[in-house]
Amino acid sequence: MWKRDEAPKPSAPAAPAPAAHQPVSTASVPQPENRRIERDVVNIGKSVVIKGELNGSEDLTIEGHVEGKIELKDHVLTIGPNGRIKAQVLAKSVIVLGEVNGNVTATEKVDIRDGGSVDGDIISPRVAIAEGAHFRGTVDMQRKTAPGQQAQAVKPAAAATTTAPQPHAAAH
Amino acid sequence: MMALSDLFSRRRKDDPEADGGASNAPTHPTKALKKFLATLGSHAQPTLLDIGPVVGHNVTFFGEHLGCKFQVEELSKDIDRHAREDKLAELPEYLSKRFPQSDESFDGILCWDLFDYLDKKSAQALATQLVRVLRPGGVIFALFNATETLPTTKTYTRFVVVDDTNIQHRPYSAARSKQKPLPNRDIQRMFEPLRVIDQFLLKTNTREMLFRK
Repeated sequence: MWKRDEAPKPSAPAAPAPAAHQPVSTASVPQPENRRIERDVVNIGKSVVIKGELNGSEDLTIEGHVEGKIELKDHVLTIGPNGRIKAQVLAKSVIVLGEVNGNVTATEKVDIRDGGSVDGDIISPRVAIAEGAHFRGTVDMQRKTAPGQQAQAVKPAAAATTTAPQPHAAAH
Repeated sequence: MMALSDLFSRRRKDDPEADGGASNAPTHPTKALKKFLATLGSHAQPTLLDIGPVVGHNVTFFGEHLGCKFQVEELSKDIDRHAREDKLAELPEYLSKRFPQSDESFDGILCWDLFDYLDKKSAQALATQLVRVLRPGGVIFALFNATETLPTTKTYTRFVVVDDTNIQHRPYSAARSKQKPLPNRDIQRMFEPLRVIDQFLLKTNTREMLFRK
């Protein structure tokens, strides 16, 4: 009985067999996707203080202090729990777990997680604010569709609300 | 055997955008919200002020469905701070200077039940400011308790718009309890020169009121 439960485990992706091809000493072997993300993300550590303009073409995680301007047009900016930002922020996506003082513009999404704080205006087509997050400012979700397209775009959204309102209620 | 509901609750816990336990909060019908939304919808890109606690879902709802420019001024934190520091006497003056926005900035204001936590002077100070920042033709949506609550019950409520006829109520701890319910006449005077365009007494003993400038 008990042995049967253990049997399926070797069939999982993190099986010992692939380890032969890629020697990794840690027990928890990261998924190939995770490894790629780790390689592309740059970290700014807790003790780092930057004053000025920060530009980049990689995903960035900030745990330190940044004052000035941050621009990652096509990449994800993560403000870690220790991150303190006093800057204008422009990125593809912004995830906030720390503190941001300044306006945030994202071309895809701004996500303020539990414990995250934003004092400033947000411009982004998608905004998620978790309970427990602090936000003070304006949210502009910029509906850029033309008036003719707008009616069509609203219809499916309205239909989704009437047919299945529950997922909306549980979303944030 | 695992129930389907268990699977969903597990998924929510893993979902970083979900609120833990929020799905258990009761949902109550609303009568006035539909009219409030209809009024907002008549503007091209309405500007909306929310003075209640920030609710991500509402930001999405008003932003994506109505194309609102959404401003959050969470007053419950200010009330809590004054209550904790025993400075409630200073609250009316604080509220009269709290809003940096210029006159006639908003097409709609969501007050939720915040007035229930204010004494008369503070409520008047806040109402005066809200009337000031509301545009002509703009509307205010507010809830007022119709019955007294126990002073030991210290909770705020996050009101989550499910759709135009339902609102989910999610209570969370507060430093101050609700005050004595204000009579309708006092409420109307407080918001003068606005007109009450709709008023409903719900089964939850809550009065929903819509004011228009």
